[in-house]
Amino acid sequence: MALLDATAITKSFAGVQALRGVSFELRSGEVHALLGENGAGKSTLIKVITGAEKADSGTLTVAGHVVPHHSPAAARALGIAAVYQQPALFPDLTVEENVGLALESGPAWRRIDWHARRRQARELLERSGAEIAPERTVSTLSMPEQQLVEIAKAIGARARILILDEPTASVTDREVERLFRVIGALRSEGAGIVYISHRLDEVAVIADRVTVLRDGQNVATRDMRDVDRDELVRLMVGREMQAIYPKREVPIGKTALEVKGLGCRAAGIRDITFEVRRGEILGIAGLVGSGRTELAETLFGLTPADEGAIGLQDDVMRTESPAAAIRKKMAYLPEDRRQHGVVMEMPVAANISLANLDAVSRNGLIDHAVERSLAIRYVERLRIKTPSVHAETGALSGGNQQKVAVARWLAINPEVLILDEPTQGVDIGSKREIHQIMVELAAQGMAIVMISSELAEILGMSDRVAVMHGGTMAGILSRAEATQEKILALALGHA
Amino acid sequence: MLERHRREISLVVAILAIGAVLAVVAPGFFAFANQRDLMLANMPVLIVALGMVLVILTGQIDISVGSQFAICSVATGVFARMGLPTPLAGAAACLVGALMGSVNGALVAWVRIPSIVVTLATMVALRDGLRWVTQGAWVQDLPPGFQWFGQSQASSELITAGCAAALAVGMNWGLRNLAAGRVVYATGSSPNAARLAGINPRLVVFAVFVVTGALTGFAAAFNAVRFLQIPSNLGIGRGGDSGGSRHDCRNAAGGTAAGRDRSGADVSGVQRVLGAGD
Repeated sequence: MALLDATAITKSFAGVQALRGVSFELRSGEVHALLGENGAGKSTLIKVITGAEKADSGTLTVAGHVVPHHSPAAARALGIAAVYQQPALFPDLTVEENVGLALESGPAWRRIDWHARRRQARELLERSGAEIAPERTVSTLSMPEQQLVEIAKAIGARARILILDEPTASVTDREVERLFRVIGALRSEGAGIVYISHRLDEVAVIADRVTVLRDGQNVATRDMRDVDRDELVRLMVGREMQAIYPKREVPIGKTALEVKGLGCRAAGIRDITFEVRRGEILGIAGLVGSGRTELAETLFGLTPADEGAIGLQDDVMRTESPAAAIRKKMAYLPEDRRQHGVVMEMPVAANISLANLDAVSRNGLIDHAVERSLAIRYVERLRIKTPSVHAETGALSGGNQQKVAVARWLAINPEVLILDEPTQGVDIGSKREIHQIMVELAAQGMAIVMISSELAEILGMSDRVAVMHGGTMAGILSRAEATQEKILALALGHA
Repeated sequence: MLERHRREISLVVAILAIGAVLAVVAPGFFAFANQRDLMLANMPVLIVALGMVLVILTGQIDISVGSQFAICSVATGVFARMGLPTPLAGAAACLVGALMGSVNGALVAWVRIPSIVVTLATMVALRDGLRWVTQGAWVQDLPPGFQWFGQSQASSELITAGCAAALAVGMNWGLRNLAAGRVVYATGSSPNAARLAGINPRLVVFAVFVVTGALTGFAAAFNAVRFLQIPSNLGIGRGGDSGGSRHDCRNAAGGTAAGRDRSGADVSGVQRVLGAGD
């Protein structure tokens, strides 16, 4: 009998369909790998199973019983536990306190039995294969050790369904081996394990079955011994996307940005070399955690480089602050619009002028008429839908907030524009418009670096595609060479 | 309009409610003389509060302004006794305040200690340091002409009120019209976004602490010239919550009874505010 049966699950976020009727079955005593590109719907499916998100439709059956109202508490009661790539432990508490908090029940004023707590923690850690003293503070543990503590918690909760999300992303081979032993032990006790990973060779070792998601749909569920790696990659990529991109060929000018041997230990990137020319759009592809955003932050001076050099405007340097990057006419549109892109509480006009206050002020005094006309110019040019340039930016839609962020950078007349996931989480109409704007900017001679997790967007918009893997460049493909298969193979480190 | 000015409206409602209670319990509160005294006595608080506005806009707090105020008051007197003309003594007090503000600002901005922790520490250190140095003695034998800058009381009251009003209007105008004001708002609303826009949020935080220190020195100088002698504990007990009772402030700041006020120059005590004291 199936331990867990998710049937025809759908879920959409702000008009974006993340899951389109996904069905997924987990049996007792199996390790079931869940594969898919970034944005294929893996995380959303996991969130629905753990009760972190409510499905729009579809049913969830656990051990033969339909779950009517799912929630994180209900998931726990049903024996569902998840261990994420970033463990969710309390960093300033000890291991035993973390385990105790998760497992002990009773009123808040109950007396804590420290001996029992330590005994339980020690026993669970042993079963999870961890050699960790229960009295250690969590913040002193390494990432894999923290994952083992999470697994110990899951064992203690008698989890029958264990979800491991990228458990080996930051783990050494020896630790992977130990983790696999624990997984094997849990499997032989009859638990079902959902295993999410981008490392196909590991999946081949540990998984019994594999399900591939693509565009929010289940494209295949197979026995692991019936598929090989090439077929898995093909299943993940699927056929060519139908979307039409407004990309057009424009004359490519001289080099605008030249990066040589760039590395930054703090950002976890190393030995990166590439160049971008005027009029060119360079797409940067790679899996989550491959170092794409870190590269952008190093280029822009947020995490200054400690090796290599950046060539900008006939100058060779290591950008040491965003202000220095802006002086060199470099602009960076960050991935996290709400946190970094715009100041939500400020009016549209103030956001547009923020990186360029000198241009709208004289002797430190802001000329409101100049600022207003600058804002109106970009609101019209980028077709930003706002009641007025004095409206609070936070009140606009996501796509229009993104355009405000773009407008701020256009206002400094950049020569190099770095866009990090420029169309993530914006509606389809705004997405098209942002693509159109990118093409126009390239035609005017701007050099554009576009980081994207969407392969179709990378292929549709880029003149060349740089693929990152493990903090460095895995390869750079011309528009003619670039195919989904080649990009994914480089991103997975299989080239 | 209701939605937009939600915070302001709640403040106005609270003030009106207090006014209503006072109208019933202590109608003398609204007497013109009492109102004038209150306004005058609280001008220094207003000036300090202007600096605090900047600090709060950047998402920080400075609860050490009371101790800074006391030190700057004494400093004004000491400089005056050293022979500096009163306006120069006041300017020197501003410098002293700016210096103390720069210590707070540096610890908050670059050492990354939360401002409540930093200023709690400097509040206690400055307060007790002052008491240790002065042994509680007041600054006396001030030069003739120190009081009210040598002006008549009526005209100097006008000067005080005028200065405070000018500062308040100027601050409001500057926050709206100066690029620096925009930078303060951006830093407070979203330090991450500000940094990406090429602003140095740490420098901004440091600067607002310095400005607050300087304004505190200015306020202390203006307050000091109202007296013939300067108690060495003026303003102590005034923390971030400068509108409340000084005893509440002291408790909230974790102080002890050791700082009990003996000056008789209490200008913010509950009784005085109620118009029932003195």
